[in-house]
Amino acid sequence: MENIIEVQNLKKAFKSYSSRQGLKGAFRDLFTRNYTIKTAVDDISFSIKRGEMVGYIGENGAGKSTSIKMLTGILTPTDGKIVVNGMNPHKEREKFVKTIGVVFGQRSQLWWDIAVQESFRLLKKIYNVPDEQYEEHMKDVIDTLDIGPLLDKPVRKLSLGQRMRCELAAALIHNPPLLFLDEPTIGLDVLVKLKIREFLKRINEKYGTTILLTTHDLSDIEALCERVVMLDEGKIIYDGPLKELRENWAEGKQIQFQFSEKATLEELQNLTKDHLVVWEQGESDLIWVASVDSDETVISGVIGKVTAVKKIADLKILEISTEEIIRNIYVEGAVRHG
Amino acid sequence: MGKYMEMIRIRFLMMLAYRTNYYSGILIYSINIGAYYFLWSAIYGGKENIQGLSITQMTTYIAVAWMARAFYFNNIDREIAMEIKEGKVAVEMVRPYPYLNMKMMQGLGEGIFRLLFFSVPGMVIVSLVFPVELSVNLETWVFFFVSILFSFIINTQINLLAGIATFFLFNNDGLIRAKRVVIDLFSGLILPLSFYPMWAQNIMSYLPFQGISYIPSMIFTEGFKGSQVFEALINQAVWSAILIIPVYGLWVLAKRQLVVQGG
Ligand SMILES: Nc1ncnc2c1ncn2[C@@H]1O[C@H](COP(=O)(O)OP(=O)(O)OP(=O)(O)O)[C@@H](O)[C@H]1O
Ligand SMILES: [Mg+2]
Repeated sequence: MENIIEVQNLKKAFKSYSSRQGLKGAFRDLFTRNYTIKTAVDDISFSIKRGEMVGYIGENGAGKSTSIKMLTGILTPTDGKIVVNGMNPHKEREKFVKTIGVVFGQRSQLWWDIAVQESFRLLKKIYNVPDEQYEEHMKDVIDTLDIGPLLDKPVRKLSLGQRMRCELAAALIHNPPLLFLDEPTIGLDVLVKLKIREFLKRINEKYGTTILLTTHDLSDIEALCERVVMLDEGKIIYDGPLKELRENWAEGKQIQFQFSEKATLEELQNLTKDHLVVWEQGESDLIWVASVDSDETVISGVIGKVTAVKKIADLKILEISTEEIIRNIYVEGAVRHG
Repeated sequence: MGKYMEMIRIRFLMMLAYRTNYYSGILIYSINIGAYYFLWSAIYGGKENIQGLSITQMTTYIAVAWMARAFYFNNIDREIAMEIKEGKVAVEMVRPYPYLNMKMMQGLGEGIFRLLFFSVPGMVIVSLVFPVELSVNLETWVFFFVSILFSFIINTQINLLAGIATFFLFNNDGLIRAKRVVIDLFSGLILPLSFYPMWAQNIMSYLPFQGISYIPSMIFTEGFKGSQVFEALINQAVWSAILIIPVYGLWVLAKRQLVVQGG
């Protein structure tokens, strides 16, 4: 399958000026100014195929939004090559942007003072969408996002969740083959999030829309994306299936015991000295967590040894969550390869 | 073309939503015109005319200058500056249209709204109160409308320049304010240019500002006659064309170093 996005050695450096102190400093600033260079995106390469849904993740300030701005033709790259939908986004801006849809969770693209449907009508004219196509496609979008009752309200009167659903619909008026979403679920409640996820899945299936999305909510990624690209300080530190990331990192399982009587660390270590176990105390001295390899004999061995001696009130086997995995990666700043 | 018409319509709707703001505006403009009327009556004293304008022509000049201002005046310089500062240009850059043309159309939508809901009723009120003389000559009206269209183009291009300057200066409130004063003074809004000393008139004849207010007002009051009217219109047309160059040039430079704040 063909690549819809191709990025090679992409780089973006920002020059930020700092002012000198005092009057003399201000005077000197008139002639020469001090500046520091911040490399927000540092030599990244990747490609995305038609129909993929890719999660673009990384800590705050990792360079996600900056990359998206370059991919959508808003910013000029300092260096490197970008081909999206077969075009150079910055060079052929007007023609290019007709082939993409963009949602920035943090800023509205609808006109604040007019009714949502007036915005839609204007966008329809701007993108030159024929009436029949608009009717058919938008009816579906409006139904799925459940925004019919909002259409005659001015945008400024909508709640965040209502507005975000309208933003998504607005980005899809011309039914673009490629959609960029920068934090589309920021600040939304669980129900709206679910609705948006369902909707994205649906357009991906129905129209084969390629989607690149950034989010800090990893459940979005788990629900939607098979592939993640992880960025740290402007560099790609992982690019691959989410499943693999999980497998390489979530090597162990955790067994949580709740005892009916007090237990001590020594006692527990003694009981399980035949296995490789790390014991940690939970919320009280009745609750202890054993971290073990995810190996059946180890897990049943540990449970057997402990329950033979101590009375338990509750027992849970926990998977390490994606959230935790990602946190560990952020903390270590690199990805282990298994 | 459809998208431009739609943008004008939308801006018109937006203005309509806030139309009550404009009733107070009509009052303020009327007071302004009244104040100038009494000032000029005092200056004229018993004199028949000064610099070729009679007191009635003068009053008409002032009235029409302010009413035309409602049409050509717009805030797109401020809007552009704000969109840049708040990072909203990002959204504009992912839309398939030329940003500056669209801004100009928004200004036009605003201008048409004000012409209909502000200038026309305002002019009716003013001509009931003060001795304003409206021409009965159809030609004069046609020339006047062509002329204020050029006023709009010239003034808007200057606004675009001031707005785009935000890309380079980042905080250009001062520049925008200074620009406003310069236009009010040098365009002939406050004082017909023929009242300025000769050397100042000479300088101003090389600047685009007279095309904003002085020319349409002189056409309306029939202060310009015969070939003077055509020369004035040609002057406006030439400036409308010349200003495209710096606007376009500055825009190309600005896009290259566009930095979007936030997000
Ligand atoms: N206009 C700018 N001038 C200077 N530095 C900038 C500018 N825009 C972004 N940066 C810097 O570039 C880096 C990457 O910013 P970016 O907005 O791409 O991060 P992000 O990954 O989207 O973060 P977040 O998750 O917080 O949205 C940050 O360190 C930021 O300070
Ligand atoms: Mg961001």
